[in-house]
Amino acid sequence: MIKKGKPKKVLILGSGALQIGQAGEFDYSGSQAIKALKEDGISTVLINPNIATIQTSENFADKVYFLPIKVEYVEQIIIKEKPDSILLQFGGQTALNIGVELFDKQILNKYDIKVLGTSVETIKDTEDRLLFSDRVNEVGLKIAHSKTAHNVDEALKVAAEINYPVMVRIAYALGGLGSGIVNNEEELREKASRAFSFTNQILIEESLYGWKEVEYEIVRDKYDNCITICSMENLDPMGIHTGDSIVVAPVQTLSARENFKLRSVGIKLIRHLGIIGECNIQYALNPANGDYRIIEVNARLSRSSALASKATGYPLAFIATKLALGYALNEIENIITKETSACFEPALDYIALKFPRWDLQKFRKVSTVLGSEMKSVGEVMSLGRNFEEVLQKAIRMLDIGMIGLTGNKIDFTDLEKEIQVPTDRRIFAIAKAFECGYSVEKVHELSKITPWFLYKIKHIIETQKQINKESIKDTEFLLAVKKNGFSDKQIALFTSSTETEIRELRKKNKVLPVVKQIDTMAAEFPAKTNYLYFTYHGEENDVQIGDKNQVVVLGSGAYRIGSSVEFDWCCVNAVLSLNKMNYNTIMINCNPETVSTDYDICDKLYFEELTMERVQDICDFENPDGVIVSMGGQVPNNLAMKLHNAGIKIFGTSPLQIDNAENRHKFSNILDGLEIDQPVWKELTSLDEAKKFSNKVSYPVLIRPSYVLSGAAMSIVLSEDELEEYLKKATDLNKEHPVVISKFITDAREIEVDAVAENGSLFCYAISEHVENAGVHSGDATIVLPPQRTYLETMRRVKMITKEIAAALEITGPFNMQFIAKDNEVKVIECNLRASRSFPFVSKTLKINFIDIATRLMMGERVTKIDKSSFDLDYVGVKASQFSFTRLKGSDPVLGVEMSSTGEVACLGDDFNEAFLKSCISTGFKVPKKGVMLSTGTTLHKAEFIEELKMLNKMGLTFYGTKGTADFYKKMADINVEVLWRPFDNKEPSILTYLSEGKIDLVINIPKTAEKTELDSDYIIRRKAVDMNVPLITNIQFAKRFVKALSQGNKPPIKSWDEYQ
Amino acid sequence: MRKKAKLILEDGLEVTGKSFGALHNTNGEVVFNTGMVGYPETMTDPSYRGQILVCTYPLIGNYGIPAEVNENELSNYFESDAIHIRGLIVSEYSEEYSHWSGDISLEEWMKQKNIPGITGVDTRMLTRKLRENGTMKGKIVIEDDNSKIDFEDPNAKDLVGEVSPKEVKYYNKGPKKVILVDCGSKNNIVRAFLNRDITVIRVPYDFDFTTLDGNGILISNGPGDPKMCTKTIEHTRKAMQLNKPILGICLGSQILALAAGANTYKLKYGHRGLNQPCNETGTKRCYITSQNHGYAIDSLTLPEDWREWFVNDNDGTNEGIIHISKPFFGAQFHPEASPGPDDSEFIFDMFVRALQEGK
Ligand SMILES: Nc1ncnc2c1ncn2[C@@H]1O[C@H](COP(=O)(O)OP(=O)(O)O)[C@@H](O)[C@H]1O
Ligand SMILES: Nc1ncnc2c1ncn2[C@@H]1O[C@H](COP(=O)(O)OP(=O)(O)O)[C@@H](O)[C@H]1O
Ligand SMILES: [Mg+2]
Ligand SMILES: [Mg+2]
Repeated sequence: MIKKGKPKKVLILGSGALQIGQAGEFDYSGSQAIKALKEDGISTVLINPNIATIQTSENFADKVYFLPIKVEYVEQIIIKEKPDSILLQFGGQTALNIGVELFDKQILNKYDIKVLGTSVETIKDTEDRLLFSDRVNEVGLKIAHSKTAHNVDEALKVAAEINYPVMVRIAYALGGLGSGIVNNEEELREKASRAFSFTNQILIEESLYGWKEVEYEIVRDKYDNCITICSMENLDPMGIHTGDSIVVAPVQTLSARENFKLRSVGIKLIRHLGIIGECNIQYALNPANGDYRIIEVNARLSRSSALASKATGYPLAFIATKLALGYALNEIENIITKETSACFEPALDYIALKFPRWDLQKFRKVSTVLGSEMKSVGEVMSLGRNFEEVLQKAIRMLDIGMIGLTGNKIDFTDLEKEIQVPTDRRIFAIAKAFECGYSVEKVHELSKITPWFLYKIKHIIETQKQINKESIKDTEFLLAVKKNGFSDKQIALFTSSTETEIRELRKKNKVLPVVKQIDTMAAEFPAKTNYLYFTYHGEENDVQIGDKNQVVVLGSGAYRIGSSVEFDWCCVNAVLSLNKMNYNTIMINCNPETVSTDYDICDKLYFEELTMERVQDICDFENPDGVIVSMGGQVPNNLAMKLHNAGIKIFGTSPLQIDNAENRHKFSNILDGLEIDQPVWKELTSLDEAKKFSNKVSYPVLIRPSYVLSGAAMSIVLSEDELEEYLKKATDLNKEHPVVISKFITDAREIEVDAVAENGSLFCYAISEHVENAGVHSGDATIVLPPQRTYLETMRRVKMITKEIAAALEITGPFNMQFIAKDNEVKVIECNLRASRSFPFVSKTLKINFIDIATRLMMGERVTKIDKSSFDLDYVGVKASQFSFTRLKGSDPVLGVEMSSTGEVACLGDDFNEAFLKSCISTGFKVPKKGVMLSTGTTLHKAEFIEELKMLNKMGLTFYGTKGTADFYKKMADINVEVLWRPFDNKEPSILTYLSEGKIDLVINIPKTAEKTELDSDYIIRRKAVDMNVPLITNIQFAKRFVKALSQGNKPPIKSWDEYQ
Repeated sequence: MRKKAKLILEDGLEVTGKSFGALHNTNGEVVFNTGMVGYPETMTDPSYRGQILVCTYPLIGNYGIPAEVNENELSNYFESDAIHIRGLIVSEYSEEYSHWSGDISLEEWMKQKNIPGITGVDTRMLTRKLRENGTMKGKIVIEDDNSKIDFEDPNAKDLVGEVSPKEVKYYNKGPKKVILVDCGSKNNIVRAFLNRDITVIRVPYDFDFTTLDGNGILISNGPGDPKMCTKTIEHTRKAMQLNKPILGICLGSQILALAAGANTYKLKYGHRGLNQPCNETGTKRCYITSQNHGYAIDSLTLPEDWREWFVNDNDGTNEGIIHISKPFFGAQFHPEASPGPDDSEFIFDMFVRALQEGK
């Protein structure tokens, strides 16, 4: 045990908003860290503006600050809280970088703060590519041959020496940002100049494309005990970011010799670096001879370590915290067995597979090619006992409409290219290839994927070919099919029967999956674990069937645009409430980046598919009292009706009512019946009808195709030509695939209600307003609670409608509504009979846990009414969205009716401006100091913006703009705007040059129309701003509020969550 | 189409799967190993003599079997010249393999060496059973092989005699010489010395090595019950008078203990895997070790000039012994690894230092 020097108060840096490369996994690691510290009686202070996280919930950290994770804020918190130590390893790259900055600026020193675990010097050794290769060479280990460069010319020179193709890498970057393989000079020039916009050092490296990529998770204590917890092998070769690769654990195609060589190499290096706690090491392994290169060490918890924890059952983040405190590995209890210690290397008797989820179709113009820059927004993990099983499970878990590896509607024009140039669809291209009789050799040659994996994929195809009405009558064959991961749906498809029929057949012939435990030691010792999965490779269930009064909570599955950590917060809170009510809770989820999949949260954790088939399997096995579908977002919500029809009880609002809300026609009728207004809409099946209707309601209109061809889903259309063009290219319009067209209401405000009802009577609710006008997706909009600019009359009307809907749909539980308000008219856009994205935000802002209340009401508990006063606040909460456009090459960073943000933050403030500004800064906005690039859209918008320009003027900022803009503001307001040329003018001084040269530190670019413009100079400017990491504003309401907030200029007070009363 | 095959345990449990490898019935002691890699090394480890091996890791055969390559008369990839397990039980045999060093498939190899296997078995269920009831006698019965086969306890036989070489063999390197008493030694023990430039004199287990002049004695690992090796124990006792450095590994460590007057006993289901944590007594150091043994030293019976050196962090059983004044040590685990982690390789360095110092 620790005799002396145990910290008393520890400051923990979170990771802020979810963004590509840094997602929910850090809520998991942060929460574990806090638990580990509390267990040691250490008090904790957490900084994290990500309000949707578990770690920022009540009774986790002792103090929570919803503030930007920026040095100036952190320092003030240090002064206020006087912590004696700080943890840098649990907030991803963000925390690590700020930690280094605090150290370099002597702040840690000044306030005498101890860095727990790995020292900052060591962190630098791992982050600075040059130092890193020195360290590696010092102990005679191998690293890719490379040289650093500090400017473009140097880069070109170095590359010439190493010779092309070369890999470009960046220090202190996240998710491979800006890195990539370049084949020649101009490719390098382009990439390098982009890179130097956010780093001053890049690395030119020999290309290892096509080598195997493997990773190990390593822990080390201060007594120099050092062990490897998990080995992982990327199915995709070097060159594709591990975050975008399919990954299996443990390694499958390495010999014992290779495996233990890499283990020794890792341990040797980690000891040399002096890491204390957890780290991740990546290798490239030469498939021709077993030669290796060290790629990098991440001296912190990472996406991979979260995956490793879930794949092995070894609580890495928790242990890492204990090690940072100074415990020895063999002094820490093995939480799983409760009998052995943490000093062991898990032995798996199953295989885990991680599959990334990309949402690239949500973005205009984005490149779907995968490389060394991470693009995925989420991931799933599947568990099973052979590769075929876990691969097909994982694909279903993604919830991208694929029923497995095969049997999907997906076609390829150029198969070979699809396999050679990896995109998010490659795995399906490979399956197709085998269907078309390609050889493993050929596919390997194209993809560089290790043949072992390809054989297995081929095996799935071969099995599929044997499936037919006759063959599946043979029980042994049917079992073999299930062992290879086929779902009943797939089998039904290949035997032209129905999912239910197949299920019947299976049950009749006793072809059933068995439950196995994850126990970290392959059953060598008895384990008390409740961490479970289903497999068809077994005869015996590890656990006894069904406890009493069990309740199932369905999780939210893979993080994706529109559904991420906020739904995990809802699920976890529902489970915690159920625990308090003494139910036995069962959690079903398949996302390794979540807290809900920590087995200490619920009584039983099924790390499983959220498909009808699997949920039914679990219910058959456990026969719970019922299921809660309203916490995990749309995924479980979509199962409500099916489960209901299968005779499984759904707690809360009746599935029939859920259907009434989800089905446009039914919902519309209900609204009409209640005389509640809604934007006029119609479902149409032909172009003529569409034209007629649109003319009748007059443009702009909003189109929602039911079946989408090209990326473009929902879209605003301004004219008949556009309508025609859109309907031709985006969707094939016919009786089966109608479109819904609604009148698009311009210059309207959007209002959101999150509420809980009990047997149709409204129990509690929160009304929030959007900063942006309707037309910016509620998931991208900036949301304000309580509303600052909405008329009382409107508020009253919104509340009335909410009440009536709650009654009409007999709601019991959480629900969310969206309204459009113009003048004094209020229209309903939609109603979701489930928890919504904004539940954590309103719950934490109001300090009323809506989920806890909803859960108790759904279970029929009495809950004491909340008194009105607690709804009127003396402070304001503002939720702002985080975008990841920088990572998505080519994407047009403009907001529309399709959601495109990857995360969110929320800050509290004494007034709107304070809260708003803090939120903006938390999502990466910087206060402009030099120049503002203006292209403020229509004349109307230009005029609207004069007020704000004057404020900016007072702040002594230079303005740049096109001639038009300059003349306008000169004439109208006598404000000087320096004229710059637009991209296509090819004249200097030009906007692009000024952006590259960093003369512009804020771009306000308001598209002239709500429509997403074709590739024009505006797009190029927006894109350049994003690539150069210059803050960009594309919405006029946001721009105005931002400038106002800036102009206030006074330093916000540093207040913790509980100080807002 | 693969034949059906059954594994039958002495307690009556029968599990059915598909046969792979050789097509004949066999019997042995059924044990499980939790290693996730290393089947070529494990299967050729003489310590597995007479045992039917259950792999807890479900996918076996992925990287095939490397070609026979010899270096200083030692097979480069294998731990001996034969497969010593009687049979292999897996959840899924990987029909296809891929690896640069792969020469033939696991099944091909097992056919050549005449070893039967069963695939498609719930190996986790088997493991749990063996954990609860302890290791059991078992037999593999293959569809339409009607030859009669009974249960048999290999530990009743002189297993060490079966695997120990018949005559003395020299591996010449540096001036210093170690006598390797081969009770079923893994090749990597020999390699460990050759790599350190030590000459190895490899002698049969029942050979009176005290007559040879070497600078130190290594008593190797091997199969079965240490008490069966009466001759080796007797010679070891004699050697202890010579004050030359002695290192016992696995079975060798047990023999050393018995020679010193301590006792050994059979573990319920033994330690077989690559992830066994061992604490060094009196320190906070913990090493991950490769293990494969069914018997253990009863540390309570150690004479008082002996100390417990390592203890298993999982179940507290003895993992090593050391003499308080003389250069005698025993490790229950395998410092030579192969397959497994090399955390404890330092034990060879210790031993070699001891024999360098010795005259
Ligand atoms: N020398 C190289 N040749 C080819 N691909 C590489 C090379 N170095 C790295 N990569 C690829 O780039 C990805 C990202 O590199 P990495 O150093 O891991 O950055 P990050 O910090 O984003 O993880 C790796 O996962 C690997 O696939
Ligand atoms: N009739 C309309 N007029 C103006 N804006 C609309 C209209 N309908 C929807 N929107 C905008 O589009 C966004 C997405 O619409 P919504 O129906 O909520 O789709 P989703 O189901 O993806 O949330 C809304 O948040 C709102 O900003
Ligand atoms: Mg990496
Ligand atoms: Mg919406």
